[in-house]
Parts: sequence; structure tokens; C-alpha cells
Amino acid sequence: MRLERREETPLLWSVLAPALAIVVSLLVCALLILAWGGVMVGDAYLLMLKGALGSVFAVTETLARATPLILTGLAAAFAFRAKFWNIGAEGQLYAGAVVTVVLGTGWISLPAPLMMPLLMGAGALAGALMLLGPAFLKVRFGVDEVVTTLLGNFIMLLFVSMMLEGPLKDPMGLGWPQSAPVLDTAAWPKLIAGKRLHAGLLLALALAALVWFVNARTTFGFAVRAVGANPKAAAFAGIPVERVMLQVAMVSGGLAGLAGVGEVAGLKGNLTLDLSPGFGYAGIVVAMLAQLHPLGVVVSALFIAIVFVGADAMSRAVAISSYLANVIVATSLLFMLVAVFLIQYRVRLR
Amino acid sequence: MSPTAAPEPEVVLRLRGITKRFGALTANDDINLELRRGEIVALLGENGAGKTTLMNIIFGHYQADAGAVEVFGERLPPGHPAAAIAAGVGMVHQHFTLADNLSVLENVVVGTEPSWRPWQARKAARRKLTELAGRLGLEADPDAPIGELSVGQRQRVEILKALYRDARILILDEPTAVLTPQETEALFATLRHLTERGLSALFISHKMSEVLAVSDRVVVLRDGRVMASRETATTDRGELAELMVGRPLREPKRQPRAPGEPVLELTEVSLEGAAGRLLLDGVSLEVLAGEILGIAGVSGNGQTELAGLVAGTLRASAGRLKLFGQPVTVEGPEAMIERQVARIPEDRLAEGVIGDMTVWENAILERYRSRKFSHHGLLRRRAAWSDAARIIESFDVRCPSAQARIRLLSGGNIQKLILGRVFALDPRLILANQPTRGLDVGAVAYVQERLLAAREEGAAVILISEDLDELMALSDRVAVFYRGRLSAAMPREEVTIRKLGLMMAGHDPGELGDAA
Repeated sequence: MRLERREETPLLWSVLAPALAIVVSLLVCALLILAWGGVMVGDAYLLMLKGALGSVFAVTETLARATPLILTGLAAAFAFRAKFWNIGAEGQLYAGAVVTVVLGTGWISLPAPLMMPLLMGAGALAGALMLLGPAFLKVRFGVDEVVTTLLGNFIMLLFVSMMLEGPLKDPMGLGWPQSAPVLDTAAWPKLIAGKRLHAGLLLALALAALVWFVNARTTFGFAVRAVGANPKAAAFAGIPVERVMLQVAMVSGGLAGLAGVGEVAGLKGNLTLDLSPGFGYAGIVVAMLAQLHPLGVVVSALFIAIVFVGADAMSRAVAISSYLANVIVATSLLFMLVAVFLIQYRVRLR
Repeated sequence: MSPTAAPEPEVVLRLRGITKRFGALTANDDINLELRRGEIVALLGENGAGKTTLMNIIFGHYQADAGAVEVFGERLPPGHPAAAIAAGVGMVHQHFTLADNLSVLENVVVGTEPSWRPWQARKAARRKLTELAGRLGLEADPDAPIGELSVGQRQRVEILKALYRDARILILDEPTAVLTPQETEALFATLRHLTERGLSALFISHKMSEVLAVSDRVVVLRDGRVMASRETATTDRGELAELMVGRPLREPKRQPRAPGEPVLELTEVSLEGAAGRLLLDGVSLEVLAGEILGIAGVSGNGQTELAGLVAGTLRASAGRLKLFGQPVTVEGPEAMIERQVARIPEDRLAEGVIGDMTVWENAILERYRSRKFSHHGLLRRRAAWSDAARIIESFDVRCPSAQARIRLLSGGNIQKLILGRVFALDPRLILANQPTRGLDVGAVAYVQERLLAAREEGAAVILISEDLDELMALSDRVAVFYRGRLSAAMPREEVTIRKLGLMMAGHDPGELGDAA
């Protein structure tokens, strides 16, 4: 057996590949459902689908879940395009969230039209600054950013834990490690009255379009792609590789930080240690499933939101743990990697 | 092995109707070839003519779609390198397959030693190697580490390695690519010496002068087919070139021209590498408008560093650099592009282009931020497309479209695109680092003509090349690198290939006296 690199990737295949990967992973997980709960596979998947999309409430929950995933997915996709491996979106998300409660719970008070952009800007900046250190270490000393960004997640999470036991602890919180709620002027508007879905979804969609535009149509995006595809040639052609890397890191960290602002100001209202069930890490999967395409990120974030929300609903109805969602997402990522490999290479049997 | 062994058949290697296809491409098309005992046959052809494919089939790396390889009258089982070795075929690769940290002896015996009591075999191996080397006149100290040997010596070890495995047919793939002229001469002497003792050699090359110098017979390949087989004594350069390329070849013509003002001046420039080693050691040079300054040298003696300095990717640790009479203070590739320095990098794929980006994106790579292609941070794609179309048109870049990824293009076409890109800067200084390496003959001629035309128009050109014929044909003056030191530039008329070769090996041209 031999592998040959394909000269051109057929467009149809690069669209079909994620779909195929998802179908195959659902088939594999079907075996798991059978072995685990002895439930009819069809029933289980139907319950998932209903739980995620079966009612207005279910749809709004799924979209609310997709919102941070789009943002962390964009954070990963944009950085990965420049071969900057930001594994720290989880920490950057919490950085954005912390800044939101520091500024948004009464320390400053402004009318809503000023308050909201201020918190968004501050949260994004916090995420960006958090990634600036690893980016600087990478371009100046060649320190592997996979390690530094990953470790940054744990530092941030422990820091949040410390703050919630200390200065950020809500005096009215009955002793729970949670922050005070953000002011009404800081809270993002809901899209549908009585549901949790908030304006962050529109922001995320707009940013996806913006990131696509920057990638494809601006000189900055041009430099980012050049640096990602061949940093040596980019440097030879006079592209300031180090500066581009730092800029990419700022944008990526900022997007992840915004996800944190949205989760606090749009969804939960306050900061707790379980604000994010791994949105930062899931963003990596979202980006890979989308093959780093910003608009594809929206689709794959929706898919993952459906799986997670659906699996929650299913586990309430039958005796299958909602951990199944993690297994489905993980296997679909594995199959996606195989599929991407297969659309880039041709297998020859001899 | 020895000439007194049992009589061998007259034809030692015979190819019958070898055909090999890769997809739509026919790399070898019904190739027939005979190699007789004691003969050196040269296989001559451009890049992509099918030489390497054919060699890989003989050696068993590829399986032919049709045809057979016969060694000493026996048909080789296809696809088994071990069978080829056992039958007496030895291969000397263009890129050496030696381990630097092992000794000559260890490199020669590796893979042939028994795993049981290897040290006993080692003694016998040493005897065999010394005997072999003495008998064939291939001197080599069995205990010298490979890393300390010169390139020519390493190649001798490669040959010894093949002969140690009882090879009676040697296949040499572009063996002179890394040698100085003197080392090349020595290699040819070795080959003649070996063939007088009954060995046979298949010598693969695209350099006509070498083929004419060493072979008994020349087989010319073009587009995967054997175009002709000629006795070397009855043919000449012109005929071979025409057979190889398919049309008569124009030799580049350099018109006399009075040089102008100095464009680039280096004064006592040094560059310190790791561990304080001087990669450039007090280099001074001056390039004038309207001249081509040729830089010769065995690779790794400072050419890469000089190129890096002029390209803006390296910084001198001492000395002064002046461009158009102005000291260069702001460094970096960007500054050089702004000063209209055209830079043709040594390694097209690693530094010249971004393989996964399109032809048009690569065409504007150095200028994407200029006003022509950017407007408030937005890429002016239409302007870029039409600029790329102009380069494709006027530099004859053959590509499916400007939207194709550039890695799909051949080396020659990538080089033409790079030429188009740097000439768009309207350059007054051109740094051409190995601009024709690995290109086919047609593309070589094209690149050389463009460089000469730029010189005509008054550009200063630094031409770094390992192809001495090219340096002699194009340069107005030639300087030679040896261990980081650059000789004074000599007028072309005072230079011979022999003199360059001696200087590349570190001899002082003053010592040569009348011999030069």
C-alpha cells in the first residue's frame, strides 16, 4: 500500500468529508449505545435529536450552547491557520469572564450602550493579553506554545477559584463560590423573551463572517496565511513573521475572551467555576471539523452543540450517561482527521 | 571481482523494453540499453527525461510496467534491491548515504556484518577493504571518521562501499554535482581505472562536458524515450544538446559593456556563526552597475551567508555594507525590497515560494503591502490578478491558471515566476543564488538570458553558482570563496576553470605560476 499526495483536493470531497466523519462516528457510537444501555440505537438518536431541536426551547438552548463554541472555534481556527497552536482558549475564556465580573458587578456603572462595549473590549483584551506571553516566548525564545498555552489554562482556572473564594465572592451568595451578578446595564439582551438565548449569537455569527473576510480579503489575512504555510519564505519575502504571530495571538485570545464575556453577561449572569464545560477545548474540535474555515466553524459549532444538548436530554430519558456526547465528539474528530488525510492523499494498493 | 575470475558475458547489463508510467505520465517508454564489460556508458538527459526512474528500476526501487532487466544474462526479479545487489549492481547516489559519525570501515561494512560475533568479521572486513582499496587505487584510511573527509573522498568511500559488496556494475547518479573540477577529474580517473579492470559503469548526468570527457558511449534520453546512442568519439556538444533538448541550443552571449558606478560595496564584512566560527571572514567586494560578478566556491564556504546578507535575512557581525553609496543601516528583507534589490533565493521551494498558496499570491508576495495591491488594508485582488497575468505572460510561466497552487508547477516555471516577481521591482541590484540549479536546459537558457538582459540595462548582478561553465559564460569578473574568505575579483579573461578549481580547494592563485 502506498500514499500519494493529491495535486488538487476536489471541492466536493472537502465538503463531504466532515459529513462522512460524523456519520461514521455516529455508527461507531451506535455500538456503544447497544453495549451500554441496551437501548434501541434508533430510539437513542431520535431522543437526542428531539432534545436538541425538537421544540423552540430546545433550539434556543442549542443555539445558546453553540454561541461560545463558535467564538472559541474561531479563536482556534484563526490561530491554527498561522500554525500558532493556541490550546489555551479555555483559560482565555475565563480571563474574559473574570474581567467582566470585576468591572460589571458595580465597580463602575455606565449606561448600557457604553457599559456593554466596554466589557466586551475589556474581556477581549484580557484574553488577548493572556495569549501575548506565550506568543512572545514563542517568537523570541522558541518556547513551544502548545505547552505554555495549555498550562495557562490550569493557572487561570486556579486563579478564578482563588478569586471566587476571596475578593470576587458574592456576599449574598450563601457561601457558594460564585461572583455577584452583573449589573442589568451590563447584561446582554435576550433574543427571545423568557429563553436563555442571547445577542451573543448574532455577535458570534458576525465575527465568523468578519474573520472570513479578514482571512480572504485583507493584506493582514494574506500575511497570516503566508506565515502559516511557509514562515521561511514569508520572512524572505519581507513579511514581518514575528509581528504577524503576535497579532494572530492577540486576535485569537480576544475571540476566546469574548466567549467568556458572553457566558457571564449573556447567559449565566455571574461567574462560577463551572462556567465553561470545556468550551475552550471543544473549540479546537470545532475548528478542526471546520478545516479551519471560519464559516465552517459556525456549522461545526452547531453540530457539537446539538450533540451535547441532545445527549443531555437523552440521558434524562434513558439510562445512558451524557458522557456519550464527549465520545461522539471525540470519535468524530478522529474520523475527521482521517478524512482530511484521505482527501489530501490517495491510497494506492499494489 | 578480480579480472582473472571466470569469463563474463560481453554484455553485463541489458534493458529490454522498459516502460514505466505514473498516471498519465510515461516516465520510461520502451527503453532498450546494453552495457558491455569494461565500458562506461553515459545516460544523458534533462531533468524529467526519465533518467532517475530508469535507474530506480534497474536497482529495484520501482517495478517497471513492462520490460526486463538482465544482469550477466540473468533476469532480475523486479522490485528487489537486494537481488540487484546480489547480482553485482552497485549504486552511488547523488546525495551520499554515509553516516558522518562512523568511520570509513564502519560505513563500508554496515549491513553486511553478521549479528553473531561481528568483531571477528570486522577483522576480515578490514583486510578485504585494505586489499580492495590498494588494488583499485582508491586510497582511504579505514579508521577516519566520514565527517572529516572531503566531499571527493566521501564519494570514493561510496564507490568502495559498492565494490565491497562485489559490485561489477556501478551506477552513478549525477556524481559530480558536489565536486570541484579537480575532484571530478580524479573521479573520472578512478572510473577509467576500474573499467580497465573489467568493471562497467553507467554514468548518469545532464552535463555534456562531463559526458564527453568520461564515457565510451552516450545514450540520450528525452521525454522517457531513447533518442539516440552515440560513440562518444564520434559526437560533439552541439549534436548532444540538440538530441537532448530537441532543438538547437543558443549559448548565452555576453556583449562587452563598460561598467558604471558601484552599486553594492562590502568592506571587511564578517559574520560569526555558532561557537564563534567565522562564516564570513573579512569579505570585501564591489559590484558595479552593468556587470555580473560571479561567485564560485564549493558549497558551504560562505556563499549562503553572503547571499543572506544581501537578501537581508542575515546581519553582519562586523564590517560595512553600502548600497548605492549609502550605508545600509535598516536591515531586513523588507528594507532590501524597498531598495529595489531583486533576490533570487537558493532554495526555491523553501524560501522562494509558498507552495500551498496560489500563483498570483506568490507573484505579489514581496509587494502585497504596496499601494498597488493594498487599499486601507484590503487586498486589491483584481490588481494582483492582472499583475500575475502580466508576469505569467511576459516570463512564459506555464501554469494551469493564476489560481493554481504553485507547488503544482515545475521547477523551471517556479523560477520564472520568481524572476517575474523580482524584476517587477525594477531592480538595480540582482542577487541570483544558484538561479539555474536543477532546471532543465531550456529554463537554464531562459534564466541566463534574463540575467544578461538585466546587465545590459545597467543592473548590477551577483551570480552565485556551483556551475563553473555558467560562471565563465555570464560573469564579467569572478571571485572565489574558500572557508569564509573571498578572493579578489578577477576579470573573466584571466580566469580558467582549472584556476577556479584550485582556488575553490584553497590554493593561492599566486602559487600556480605558469601552471594556471
